[in-house]
Amino acid sequence: MTDQNDAPFSLYIHIPFCASICGYCDFNTYTAQELGGGVSQGTFHELLIRELELASRTLDAPVVSTVFIGGGTPTLIGSDALTQILRGIENHFPIDPQVEITTEANPDSVDARMLSALRDGGFNRVSFGMQSVAPGVLATLQRTHTAGASEQAAKWAREAGFEHVNLDLIYGTPGETDSDVRDSVDACINAGVDHVAAYSLIVEPGTAMARAVNSGALPPPDDDACADRHGIIDTMLQGAGFDWYEVSNWALSGGKSTHNQVYWTNANWWGVGPGAHSHVNGRRWVNHKHPATYAKALESGVVLHGDIEELTPAQIHVEKVMLALRTRAGLRVDELDAEERGRAQGFAALGIIDPVDFGNGVVRVTDSQRLFADRVIRDLLG
Amino acid sequence: MSSPRPGSTDPAVIRNFCIIAHIDHGKSTLADRMLQHTGLVDARSMRAQYLDRMDIERERGITIKSQAVRLPYQSPDGREYVLNLIDTPGHVDFTYEVSRSLAACEGAVLLVDAAQGIEAQTLANLYLAMENDMEIIPVLNKIDLPSAQPEKYAAELAHIIGCDPADVLKVSAKTGEGVSELLERIVEKIPAPKGDASAPPRALIFDSVYDTYRGVVTYVRVVDGRIGKRDKIEMMSLGTTHELLEVGVISPEPVPSEGIGVGEVGYLITGVKDVRQSRVGDTVTTAVRGATQSLGGYRDPLPMVFSGLFPLDGSDYPELRDALDKLKLNDAALSYEPETSLALGFGFRCGFLGLLHLEIVRERLEREFNLELISTAPNVVYRVTTDAGKEIVVTNPSEFPESKLAHIFEPVVRATVLLPSEFVGAVMELCQQRRGVLLGMDYLSEDRVELRYTLPLAEIVFDFFDQLKSRTRGYASLDYEPTGEQEADLVKVDILLHGEAVDAFSAVVHRDKSQAYGVLMVQKLKELIPRQQYEVPIQAAIGSRIITRETIRAVRKDVLAKCYGGDISRKRKLLEKQKEGKKRMKMVGSVEVPQEAFIAVLSTSDASPKK
Repeated sequence: MTDQNDAPFSLYIHIPFCASICGYCDFNTYTAQELGGGVSQGTFHELLIRELELASRTLDAPVVSTVFIGGGTPTLIGSDALTQILRGIENHFPIDPQVEITTEANPDSVDARMLSALRDGGFNRVSFGMQSVAPGVLATLQRTHTAGASEQAAKWAREAGFEHVNLDLIYGTPGETDSDVRDSVDACINAGVDHVAAYSLIVEPGTAMARAVNSGALPPPDDDACADRHGIIDTMLQGAGFDWYEVSNWALSGGKSTHNQVYWTNANWWGVGPGAHSHVNGRRWVNHKHPATYAKALESGVVLHGDIEELTPAQIHVEKVMLALRTRAGLRVDELDAEERGRAQGFAALGIIDPVDFGNGVVRVTDSQRLFADRVIRDLLG
Repeated sequence: MSSPRPGSTDPAVIRNFCIIAHIDHGKSTLADRMLQHTGLVDARSMRAQYLDRMDIERERGITIKSQAVRLPYQSPDGREYVLNLIDTPGHVDFTYEVSRSLAACEGAVLLVDAAQGIEAQTLANLYLAMENDMEIIPVLNKIDLPSAQPEKYAAELAHIIGCDPADVLKVSAKTGEGVSELLERIVEKIPAPKGDASAPPRALIFDSVYDTYRGVVTYVRVVDGRIGKRDKIEMMSLGTTHELLEVGVISPEPVPSEGIGVGEVGYLITGVKDVRQSRVGDTVTTAVRGATQSLGGYRDPLPMVFSGLFPLDGSDYPELRDALDKLKLNDAALSYEPETSLALGFGFRCGFLGLLHLEIVRERLEREFNLELISTAPNVVYRVTTDAGKEIVVTNPSEFPESKLAHIFEPVVRATVLLPSEFVGAVMELCQQRRGVLLGMDYLSEDRVELRYTLPLAEIVFDFFDQLKSRTRGYASLDYEPTGEQEADLVKVDILLHGEAVDAFSAVVHRDKSQAYGVLMVQKLKELIPRQQYEVPIQAAIGSRIITRETIRAVRKDVLAKCYGGDISRKRKLLEKQKEGKKRMKMVGSVEVPQEAFIAVLSTSDASPKK
């Protein structure tokens, strides 16, 4: 796999720990109580470094252009452990001088000192799960932080010297109002961040929230309200100089997440940690989910996998279209086959995709059709 | 002991009878018990409900196609008899077939559940038998049940037939109690058949069944003369002749014989492949020196109820056509012709004797031929005359003419409802709503009432039976027979999706009910059709006049919130699934309608207003 060394390559590191589990969340994460002592959170980063070493050997140490530490709550293991992971990466991989290194953080698990330590340790981007400023919404989502904590954390991050700071929002939570959304966006803008990601709430099967919705205790998110609120968010952020570059992502100039774009351009990355997904050269796999089993296998030098998929050319094509049409950059027309190109031409005539861009060889869903991107993707693929 | 041989049986020892009973009242069990009692089937090879052949019959506990079995019987006094048990179909749709089965018998066992009393269809068949001067042997079954009320229902039967309650036999087909008394009573009471053995042969066809290996098996009762195994036979209504391949009796498996004579019941095989060549009610004679006068009473089966059948998957159309061709071999009453629907594609407009017939055919197509079908709501046949004096027969609502109509005629039936007296008010109200005209009302016993109505058939095919059952907690029973037609003020209601009429949803209804029908359909569709790319108006219209309207709002959002590393495989699989789902959508103009919506709207019981 030596030919990979020139292509962009990224690392995703998964920290599967949280202080408590939010009702809507279906990520692969566990509280200390759930883990029951089978895994040591204090030394978990050492295991991750062992997987990094294996990855480096397998791929022949490609140049790393982005690193993203997500979770779970990465900041739960502390700035020292997170920084040691970075050192581990440097020990095993060559690093691009322009590297983007992000960590996710929970607003109430950081303080100014910790953020400084992370910045000094090499992180240059931080992403906080703010979700909303409305106390009622935070309570429904079972978030532990208070309104205001996220803006404070974002300001500390700026003061600590982070070039890039993101706030995540969730909209469409049952009980939320349009004005809650406006307040939340205002707070993001005032916090001085350069990136906002806003997601309409998805009730994932198997979560506490799904049970509440199924039992009737909680109304399901309203699609029309979500559509309205996407519009509110988009208008406000654009007014403040943020441009959308993917359906759910907005950034000031220079603030786009390079790591996000790795996913959307179908580039290669290795996901390190339990339940982490990887994509390398047309193969997708996911690590074994449970931290204890994952850890045990890794101690004997094996990365335990769940599903492995060898993608067919047709599947690769579907993914390419499906990912690119969600982005403002779009897709090169010459990636389409003749039939798809014919359909795209029709969409351009209807204003579903931008006719000017299409003339210039790019298929891009127009701004007004962003919320119908899935339909456009389905129709284009036929 | 040797029983009389087929072909040379003295008519004096023959007893031809049938069992008149309602579904579930135990006819098949009693027949099984008789087979066992006469030693024809031993307990080991006894398959429950021996006479019912098809799976559906066994599952539903009803008999669709009748059969006949010859039971050798030795009376306790030592005399040998031949009992021919002629099985009759037990449902309202098959009245004509029942009447032919009855015509082949001299007597009937009236079998009634001792816990439930007589039902309307049984009563109708009983009246038919009584009109034919048949000997009736009243029997209460299931006397072993704790809920049995033999005294009460014996009095009821005695009242209806005009006999002494003490003459009503009490049996349990399940335990066998009373069955030997019943056999004796049959021998004693039912007259032996009479016929002229030297006259040209005449035999009545009371059933014909297609068998994959043998071709059509024709069941006959010989009235005069004898049919020998080397005879060439003639079907008198058709004038066609056939070489006989085999003659025999069923006892209880087919047993070939040299022939069958006066009073005997047996089967004929000629090698023809289509039951239409061998029609129930027709008279069989010999081609040489045959009879000139038929036995009479033959009539062509007349479809009363129509429905469009369409394959869910359009590419199954040739399979549907082949399946109907095959079913037709065994079902002379089934008619069909190709139909093209804008909404449902290619299919067939099929004619049936009634609702049960429709259901049975549909179920057989799905079960025996693995077809997935959509059927349009059942409708009746309308006769329309135009201002110009032209007459049009309409079997498909979407073809109902819209203007310049002078007269519209719809079929009517005479309906009999038997019910506990406490529900009389509720049932009269229902019949009134369904444009019924009361013909009469009689008390069968203190708490059981017979109501007679003239009702438009169209009102019955539209969930009448379900409504009747729900208003009487399941206690009412219904029978009806066609009695002609009446003029009615009927209109065609069209349902428009996005301005375009959906032919499969068009219905002919009475003008007074058109508004309610339109509102019901439009609301149902609004619930069932998912939001679309554009706002979709749903309208009900009579001609160009819109009578009601609803709107499906446009979808506002069709995009997943998140698509990061771990979501990509999941999202791709979702796309593949959605692609499959799209195949199950029917495009009606520019509107995507899920097949489930068609099925839900077209099934009458779901389309009925919930009360």
